[in-house]
Amino acid sequence: MPERRGCALVTGGSRGIGAATARVLAEDGWPIAVNYHEDEAGAVAVVEQIRHSGGTAVAVAADVSDREAVERAFDQVEQQLGLVAVLVNNAGVTSDGLVPQLDPARWTAVLETNLSGAFWTSRRAVMPMVRNRFGRIVNVASIVGARIANPGQANYAAAKAGLVGLTRTLAKEVAHRGVTVNAVAPGLIRTRMTNGVDSAVARAIPVRRAGEPHEVAHCVRFLVSLEAGYVTGATLVVDGGMTA
Amino acid sequence: MSSTEITAQTIEDMIFDALAQVGPDRADIKREATLEDLDVDSLDLVEIAQLVQETWGIELDPQDFIDVRTVGDAVDVIVALVL
Repeated sequence: MPERRGCALVTGGSRGIGAATARVLAEDGWPIAVNYHEDEAGAVAVVEQIRHSGGTAVAVAADVSDREAVERAFDQVEQQLGLVAVLVNNAGVTSDGLVPQLDPARWTAVLETNLSGAFWTSRRAVMPMVRNRFGRIVNVASIVGARIANPGQANYAAAKAGLVGLTRTLAKEVAHRGVTVNAVAPGLIRTRMTNGVDSAVARAIPVRRAGEPHEVAHCVRFLVSLEAGYVTGATLVVDGGMTA
Repeated sequence: MSSTEITAQTIEDMIFDALAQVGPDRADIKREATLEDLDVDSLDLVEIAQLVQETWGIELDPQDFIDVRTVGDAVDVIVALVL
């Protein structure tokens, strides 16, 4: 087993799946950098929860769609917690509308955060991981795009399908250096992003309920673990059987 | 490192050391050895390019390495850019 050192950076870690992932990885002993864009209070709350439980965590502000902000955030994390050995690309936004309604701003905003953001962070993270001969990148994709289509989410679907393509490509590029790159594809998960989704949707899921953020977080935990070193380029679907 | 200290030999030594770090045995690294024989791949070259950039501030373009076959070819490309 490789020696584990460094920290885990979770983008969009102030709430929902990101916050749950930050807490779970902290339980495994990773020092955590909780990235946020606007929700500083949420990120600070996650940091305080982790510290209260005996872990190490810092909050790091950055809009992941801004490449220079990503560089600054990594510099800050490396100074405070050391090498980023684990990167969880969770930051994501939605801006729904049918294709004729998706003006350039709405198209670009979703692509730049959900896809380009993961590219900028991965690009910054991967060479130190390669040099260290260990690294874990987990991208939070979605069943939307790679597995199913939702009318009104062309931008989101394109970004998340692109994220799966990025996952698989980078996985092959760095596989022989101890660096794995995987994705999770959540279905309907109870977060602020899915507030307002009709309860009939949840009843149509084979498990008969929406998933919880921690259920996705535990899948990320597995992909981050040393024991998952032979899993790379994979997308782990976490959808209660919705796309089975 | 000041510019007066940089010679083709110091660059070659640094490239040989960098190659040894990314995989091949130091004893196998010779100017005439091909990158293929040493099992040096494109990601290794990216690592070396980053090391060159950090050491001498020279940004290498992947196109610079397109005709590189041997260790000597790689050294010559970098020497030409650095000196």
